[in-house]
Amino acid sequence: MPTQVLMPALSPTMEKGNLSKWLKKEGDKVKSGDVIAEIETDKATMEVEAADEGTLGKILIPEGTNDVAVNTPIATILGDGESASDADKASEPAAQNKSAQSAPPASAPEAAEAKPAPAKDAPEAPAVSVAADPEIPAGTEMVTVTIREALRDAMAEEMRRDPDVFVMGEEVAEYQGAYKVTQGLLQEFGASRVIDTPITEHGFAGVGVGAAMTGLKPIVEFMTFNFAMQAIDQIINSAAKTLYMSGGQLGCSIVFRGPNGAASRVAAQHSQDYSAWYSQIPGLKVVAPSTAADYKGLLKAAIRDPNPVIFLEHEMMYGQSGEVPKLDDYVVPIGKARVAREGKDVTLISWSHGMTYALKAAEELAKDGIDAEVIDLRTLRPLDTETIVASVKKTGRAVAVEEGWQQNGVGAELAARIMEHAFDYLDAPVKRVSGKDVPMPYAANLEKLALPSVAEVVEAAKAVCYR
Amino acid sequence: MAAPKKSAAKETGQDKESAPSKPRIPDFSKEQELHALRDMLLIRRFEEKAGQLYGMGAIGGFCHLYIGQEAVVVGMQMALREGDQVITGYRDHGHMLACEMDAKGVMAELTGRRGGYSKGKGGSMHMFSMEKHFYGGHGIVGAQVSLGTGIAFANRYRGNGNVCLAYFGDGASNQGQVYESFNMAELWKLPVVYVIENNRYAMGTSVTRSSAQTDFSKRGVSFNIPGEQVDGMDVRAVKAAGDKAVAHCRAGNGPYILEMQTYRYRGHSMSDPAKYRTREEVDKIRNDQDPIEQVRQRLLGLGMTEDDLKKIDAEVRKIVNESADFAQNDPEPDPAELYTDVYR
Repeated sequence: MPTQVLMPALSPTMEKGNLSKWLKKEGDKVKSGDVIAEIETDKATMEVEAADEGTLGKILIPEGTNDVAVNTPIATILGDGESASDADKASEPAAQNKSAQSAPPASAPEAAEAKPAPAKDAPEAPAVSVAADPEIPAGTEMVTVTIREALRDAMAEEMRRDPDVFVMGEEVAEYQGAYKVTQGLLQEFGASRVIDTPITEHGFAGVGVGAAMTGLKPIVEFMTFNFAMQAIDQIINSAAKTLYMSGGQLGCSIVFRGPNGAASRVAAQHSQDYSAWYSQIPGLKVVAPSTAADYKGLLKAAIRDPNPVIFLEHEMMYGQSGEVPKLDDYVVPIGKARVAREGKDVTLISWSHGMTYALKAAEELAKDGIDAEVIDLRTLRPLDTETIVASVKKTGRAVAVEEGWQQNGVGAELAARIMEHAFDYLDAPVKRVSGKDVPMPYAANLEKLALPSVAEVVEAAKAVCYR
Repeated sequence: MAAPKKSAAKETGQDKESAPSKPRIPDFSKEQELHALRDMLLIRRFEEKAGQLYGMGAIGGFCHLYIGQEAVVVGMQMALREGDQVITGYRDHGHMLACEMDAKGVMAELTGRRGGYSKGKGGSMHMFSMEKHFYGGHGIVGAQVSLGTGIAFANRYRGNGNVCLAYFGDGASNQGQVYESFNMAELWKLPVVYVIENNRYAMGTSVTRSSAQTDFSKRGVSFNIPGEQVDGMDVRAVKAAGDKAVAHCRAGNGPYILEMQTYRYRGHSMSDPAKYRTREEVDKIRNDQDPIEQVRQRLLGLGMTEDDLKKIDAEVRKIVNESADFAQNDPEPDPAELYTDVYR
């Protein structure tokens, strides 16, 4: 059976082209790879190569023909022992069959546009179900530790538990951590599992992801998430997307952790809050706790999670102390917000260092007779909409408190979700308190102005309470 | 194409003038020649078919064909043992077939069907097979170099003796993370062979227009990584160099760089009119250096007939045609697959 040469589509958007020139004539021998014709599109002149070996049997579209639709048979190629009369047979009915079989590429998107699929045909996004916090048995001893120690303990416990867990980053080993978070790990686990890297964020993030693809469970420390901008391609394109792009074959259990957001007087390049950036990405989980117990329990959960987890810490909190239950294995599930303070008048929502403004503001508001509920999100992706909505249904008012910028921020997402799920319960529009829309200034007074303040949270809460 | 040079000769600077003294390339056995012919033909016929299906609109998006470069992956694969890993960039169909991934699964991924290696969610540039130790298929130029270094890191961490091949092109060789990876790989003596497929063009930009150092085997010099240039059109030369590099890595000596001097016959992608080079340049290499023709001629010299070789071609065409049939008839993914595989 002679094979047909079809008018090829040379890009996903090409619908037709001009057959400008035949470079072979009927009866010429061709082998695969030979250029047989030139076609012209609105973008360029392209060469058509033969994909089969044989003799050019019949030219069906003469040169100089304009607007030849993609997939139109333009010639036939005869195999061994086939004659031109075979080509005649092939060109007519078979041609129609063939073009009917293969959907023309150009018309397919058009058809889709003309008749959009009803939205209900699209499957529903799956609901996220999250286990509750672990029960802390009555009488459990509570130990006061710094957040720095809570993080170190979480890593040490997981490294004892699983030999596939290791930690890598700048100054994590011999220097004992730029912020002393990895203190003592080198001494306990040795240089093969506590690995000092060169200053090479993009490279070592990629090395971590590659190692994770083979089943190891790296903890990659960034000295700050500001430096992870060098590595963000590996975090998003390689770590977050590969499970999906591989149809579920190749996952990546990895934790990227380090301080995020504004420290103190380190100016614009060392002060950015990446909460909104990472929490936009499907495939990542994003955790940003505020208490010592949550720092420990959530880091343990992050290390065990089979997915890539962004673990956002805060330099201003490393030295803060808090109570952590003295249990063999205290793991806090990812994805569950915590009601940090119960109240009935207004819901203040924050996470990480933002919680310090929210909690202090709640105390101030109490003095004025406003009973604020404070929600600590703890996890930014998946976001615990249920806890937020339940609180707003109770209070009817909400203020989102965020150290990062307002545009496209987490606060914007919170406002949208509250509107979608609790619009009828709202007694006032949601307010956002956030970092100001400027790069972080260095001068002490300006830096203070650029960050949210307790006073701003109080003012916003009063505004939504019409007080 | 520059004559292949031995790394030992690279300091002399006189090899341009002197007659190209090819390094002695060990002969293949007849079985090796047949194996190489079959695997290279499979890649070529597969790619020709993929080009055809693209032209018919059955394959969408980007489609980067490997035609011309077949000897590189086939020769390197012959230097590996079970457990060794492979990772590459976006021009990946040849690597997958050389790893013995199923042609049907690869073609069905190109057409975006449920039987594709990534269930239709990855496409041409994103396929994987844990069974065959193939780690992709990566669409960001250069990313696979750090990832492959990480796979080698895991080999060393586990002490399993495996070696990772990280393939990338002359274009990716100018990405920063390549050198970040080189540094760590040599520092930590990681078992990774960096296979630079120098096909002379990064999309439309020739090596001489993009690279200050066009001898890619020297790209590891400041990290003390040994490297050599290899005639990437001769599958025997590729295998010999691969054997040496892999042995170096497996012995714990750290990474190795192989610059494969090769050529792609087709455009960068299907929509590339390839006006940055002449037709004569392409034809000359195709006529004088074609990797498949070289093996065919040697097999004819070993007493095989044209009919014997046609039979192999027919077998290969059958596999390719079956893969194309499967890829066009397999259903598209179930809509319910939209939300699966985001997390596990």
